[in-house]
Amino acid sequence: MISIRNLCIELGDFVLRDACLDIEDREYMVIVGPSGSGKTVLLESIAGLYPVKRGEVWLRGCDATVLKPEHRHVSIVYQDYSLFTHISAEKNILFGMRMRGMEKDEMKKSLDKMVDLFNISHLLSRKPSTLSGGEQQKIALARALCVSPDVLLLDEPLSSLDPGTREDIEQELRNLHRELTVTILHVTHNFEEAIALGDRIAVIGGGKIMQVGTPEDIFRRPNSEFVARFAMARNIFYGRVVLSDRGDHMFKTGDSCFLIEKGRKGDRMVIRPEDIMVYPFNDGKNNNGKNCFPGTINRINDKGSTLFVDVDIGIPVTALVTRHACRESGLRTGMRVKISCDPGSLHIFQE
Amino acid sequence: MGEYNRIKRTFEVSDKKRRQSIRGFYLTNEWLKWLFFILSLLILIFISLPVFKMIYSSSPSILLNSFLDPEVTKSILLTLYSALIATLIGFLLGVPLAYLMAKTDFPGKKLVEGLIDLPIVIPHSAAGIALLFIFGRKYLLGRIMNSLGITFLDSLAGIVIAMLFVSVPFLIDSAREGFEKVDPRLENVARTLGATHFQTFVHVSFPLAWRSIIAGMIMMWARGMSEFGAVIIIAYHPMIAPVLVYEKFETYGLNYARPIAVILIIISMTVFVVLRFLLYRKDK
Repeated sequence: MISIRNLCIELGDFVLRDACLDIEDREYMVIVGPSGSGKTVLLESIAGLYPVKRGEVWLRGCDATVLKPEHRHVSIVYQDYSLFTHISAEKNILFGMRMRGMEKDEMKKSLDKMVDLFNISHLLSRKPSTLSGGEQQKIALARALCVSPDVLLLDEPLSSLDPGTREDIEQELRNLHRELTVTILHVTHNFEEAIALGDRIAVIGGGKIMQVGTPEDIFRRPNSEFVARFAMARNIFYGRVVLSDRGDHMFKTGDSCFLIEKGRKGDRMVIRPEDIMVYPFNDGKNNNGKNCFPGTINRINDKGSTLFVDVDIGIPVTALVTRHACRESGLRTGMRVKISCDPGSLHIFQE
Repeated sequence: MGEYNRIKRTFEVSDKKRRQSIRGFYLTNEWLKWLFFILSLLILIFISLPVFKMIYSSSPSILLNSFLDPEVTKSILLTLYSALIATLIGFLLGVPLAYLMAKTDFPGKKLVEGLIDLPIVIPHSAAGIALLFIFGRKYLLGRIMNSLGITFLDSLAGIVIAMLFVSVPFLIDSAREGFEKVDPRLENVARTLGATHFQTFVHVSFPLAWRSIIAGMIMMWARGMSEFGAVIIIAYHPMIAPVLVYEKFETYGLNYARPIAVILIIISMTVFVVLRFLLYRKDK
């Protein structure tokens, strides 16, 4: 288990503030955040590459705060794979074992295991500069894993790949995690990647860990406006919870009131765009539904298979519709429409 | 620094890298292109004409006679190996300094940077006099070394320290640039894989900066070989080739100095071309 307790790191103007994070053995944890949020610094400080100003890093139940990187049993794989360009792929893989003074037989056995796992026997004699991105990644992963680390740290491993390759490598990472039962700490700025891979996700922003939870928690129940925006919730409203004349719990924002589930408290409401339905105004459906509001389409933002539809209902809301649904309903800019959303899909929180 | 940059470019930037550096931007203005071309031609002629004229106008038989003259051969060999000794000392002491400058921050770093380049900016005859004040028999280090049997005045040791003083900045600056170019993430990876700091230096940083270090050593050696001002102050004898050229010129005139100068130029150029070829071939 990795335990980070109130960790503070100062690097010039950047400060990682009071980071707290517990990662279970064999867990796939993804740290996600925008550029410059401190996610790589957090990763590298777990590897012991920065002096700690305050706080503690515990690895395998031992205080490793001042332990040197070579004694931590963690391996790191960077975005550009950082292979040693002056030696062959095979020597890259053997590097860690040589540095740890392992026996030749042991090294050979470990190398063979990695060669089988990644199917890289044909790449061993080649220099890294002659390998493709995918091949370099395999060598980098093999190099990191053949020293049997307790934790594998991955710094944006998919960000330089095209979308097709990215999906393949995502699947490979999942398989790798399952087969090797290694703890993985994966850093990315891509929220979808985090959702796809993480057992749990930590969202980091401005040097601070904002929320830690399952993908469902982060996606459905963000605890702050920052996390909600990062999770692409788009519809974030300021207001307050009120009781209607009939005793219903409502979230009042501007002149609009949304019916919400009982017991919800807070001054922010989040509605995910995919939870908002959009209908032509006169189609006769759902006229009496809860949280049904008339409005006008202000803009349609085409994203290919899906479209973001901005609707003015007195307040601006954004709905996500499929291309098929958009065509079926004949949605277009300036059209009068109705929107509706289920009270259960509205998330209320206190900033 | 201009001289440093010129020689550095000769060695360090391969044609391939030079081609990459202009990728995406081409000089398309014909007028500007011609203007720059003519100006470039002028400076290239200015650099090459005196050298090639001197080589061209020397008779091969006189050159051969001069080359076989034991005094000339001895002084050229002395120049080559004293510059080599200076380079090796520069390597031993300069590379660690270059690594520190590239990989650490410390108070007064800017001051140290200035100090490293000091020998480049001060007149070399003044550098020779400054060295005399330290290594002269009556002065601090000179007295200590004299008691150990090492004298600097008019000796190989004197030539070496003069060459070392004026040329070591070339090695330090080039090696520093080489270490700076080593991606810190490579060093981080090495550390997490189990390498100590020293092992990371030996197995990652040094091999990756090796080409810049070699380029710096060649520059240092070449610069040491051509040193005159500092050496003549501290060690007129034994005579290195540049001093011999000067002495022949002063005593017998231009015709006697020229063959030795030509031999020196040919040797220097051969060394430059061969080493550049080796570096370029490796780069490909």
